[in-house]
Amino acid sequence: MSILVGPDTRLVVQGITGREGEFHSRAMLEYGTRIVAGVTPGKGGQSALDGRVPVYDTVAEAVRQHAANASCIYVPAAGAPDAIMEAAGAGIATIFCITEGIPALEMVRVVAVVREAGARLIGPNCPGATSPGEAKVGIIPGSIHRRGSVGVVSRSGTLTYEAVQAMTDAGIGQSTCVGIGGDPIIGTSFTEILGLFKEDPATEAIVLIGEIGGAAEEEAAAYAGEHLRGMPMAAFIAGRTAPEGKRMGHAGAIISGGAGTAAGKVAALEAAGIRVAASPTEIPSLLRAAGAAA
Amino acid sequence: MKIQEADAKQLLVAQGLPVPPWEVARTPAEVRAAAERVLAAGADRVVVKAQVLVGGRGKAGGVRLADDAGEAEAIGRQILGMDIKGITVRKVLVAAAADIVKEFYLAAVLDRAARRVLLMGSAEGGIEIEQVAAERPDAIVRIHAHPTAGLLDWQARQMAFALGLGGHVRAAVAIARGLVATMVANDADLVEINPLAIVREPGGDGTFAERLVCLDAKISLDDSALPRHPALEDLRDLDEEDPTDRAARAEGISFIKLDGSIGCMVNGAGLAMTTMDLVKRAGGEPANFLDIGGGARSDKVASAMGLILADPNVRAILVNIFGGITRGDEVARGLIEARAMQARSVPMVVRIVGTNAEEAGRLLREARFETAASLDEAAAKAVAAARATSGAPTEVSSVS
Repeated sequence: MSILVGPDTRLVVQGITGREGEFHSRAMLEYGTRIVAGVTPGKGGQSALDGRVPVYDTVAEAVRQHAANASCIYVPAAGAPDAIMEAAGAGIATIFCITEGIPALEMVRVVAVVREAGARLIGPNCPGATSPGEAKVGIIPGSIHRRGSVGVVSRSGTLTYEAVQAMTDAGIGQSTCVGIGGDPIIGTSFTEILGLFKEDPATEAIVLIGEIGGAAEEEAAAYAGEHLRGMPMAAFIAGRTAPEGKRMGHAGAIISGGAGTAAGKVAALEAAGIRVAASPTEIPSLLRAAGAAA
Repeated sequence: MKIQEADAKQLLVAQGLPVPPWEVARTPAEVRAAAERVLAAGADRVVVKAQVLVGGRGKAGGVRLADDAGEAEAIGRQILGMDIKGITVRKVLVAAAADIVKEFYLAAVLDRAARRVLLMGSAEGGIEIEQVAAERPDAIVRIHAHPTAGLLDWQARQMAFALGLGGHVRAAVAIARGLVATMVANDADLVEINPLAIVREPGGDGTFAERLVCLDAKISLDDSALPRHPALEDLRDLDEEDPTDRAARAEGISFIKLDGSIGCMVNGAGLAMTTMDLVKRAGGEPANFLDIGGGARSDKVASAMGLILADPNVRAILVNIFGGITRGDEVARGLIEARAMQARSVPMVVRIVGTNAEEAGRLLREARFETAASLDEAAAKAVAAARATSGAPTEVSSVS
């Protein structure tokens, strides 16, 4: 078992004929992900990836023909909001948006539409998710994984790879690794992913990888303190040396009541009983110390 | 992107918000001329405000009142050229000094957790809102706009009454809705009025009328949305931007200059911050934050190298690439090209893993680059290399 992606995933790739879409779809197929269709408006009737994947004009058509239940979006920023809403409108349950650079206010509207449709959006500006040995959706290199029982959730892309590689090198496998995205407005928060891991029988420990800005890590720490007692956990927070005020907006600091610094996030996590690694390479030993069976 | 008060006010006026007239002056003579016009229009006093993008200009002496045009000119001479938190003041705003009855705070911000636009108001305006938030959070009223319908009239009324603006409810509703409209029209992530004020204005017949107006304005724009608002790009204040930052932006590279000696080139913001953290942990100081972005090609790598080497404090460079959307071999080719072109030679430690890392490793070995397997190892090597070269004059290669 796993969360978000697995053997039941029937993926449609939006933007499959583009450079990035094609490159990463090939890697997903090689990993064993079931890509049932691609969508590029105007290229319906063609095929992609050397004839292995049929291309449709609309997501609805891909759902009708192939019972697609998940989507991965590689559409450029100008078209990505509509692509997300198209997937939700077609009844896709789990939507991954890799695209970066979507305006935040656009995402406010998109998230509302996705929720109204009862769909789940991961991202945007995220690397996707991998359930090792089952399927991967997005851009995370398949080679870094090892099948196991640790759930990984992160706001970053490449930093997630770094942490997962360190775990794999130490012999600690993963149930599912999820990158939720680095933008201010994202579809699914840390806390929601922690809730999914809590219900997943295959996940026996959790690694949370956060960074400065916003208050999502503090919220996750509060949730873990209340609902995940007994679940071995470890964390990493990027940005301990980041200068204040460079990335964090004045407004964000007000909403969170002074939260947003690495120090504040580390303190919140430690208060919830979660140890925070000083380097990604320390994550495996912290997990073992927390009681994770590797 | 932050914009100056005068530009922010212009965006408010474009949405029909009440903002008392102002002028922008760049020389003491212009300050005098502007003050003369303001006084001729009936003002008793004028206010001269430094236009800088950093906070705390009032405490720094960058906001002053003048009774006549001569005094305004003298104040202008003091403020123009003044240094406020490292920024040289190059222009001032000149306006009639308001006769303030009461000050309020009102802002539209992006609430990440709620994924909505949040309207925040307080009857304690004119002071640092962070202080109010920390000391008396109940003194701040919070109302979320609907994600698709926007801020509704009843919500704006609710805010107005909660702030004690019942006597100015129509104006307050229009301003609250106007703030959200300004945010949406320009893709701002912050539109802040502090203070929003009830001011006394003389009527023509010797009587006074009270009016609700926006006396100050702060707007921050969403960088991701600038491509669809080309006119807003003109509001970028190039005077306050470091030339290296400008060059980085033109290349699509996320770059922040720091004070250390170890240049960092990384793909991904989280990993870039982590690389800085590990340089520090290894006993060094990062010279910069640099994220070359996803899918970076070799020409971008060369540009990034140029940005790092433009900093004379850089004694070693750490390149850390974890390929996903970025392909390691393209970065390696970029590094090889960049090294051949660069005017200054500094030790470089390269670590490339992930997508196409094997090909990258082969290219780097052939080109005799110093490589590292792990990030911890790369950080330690870069710190050692920087120590070995610090103090010694920088080696200049003969390649030009």
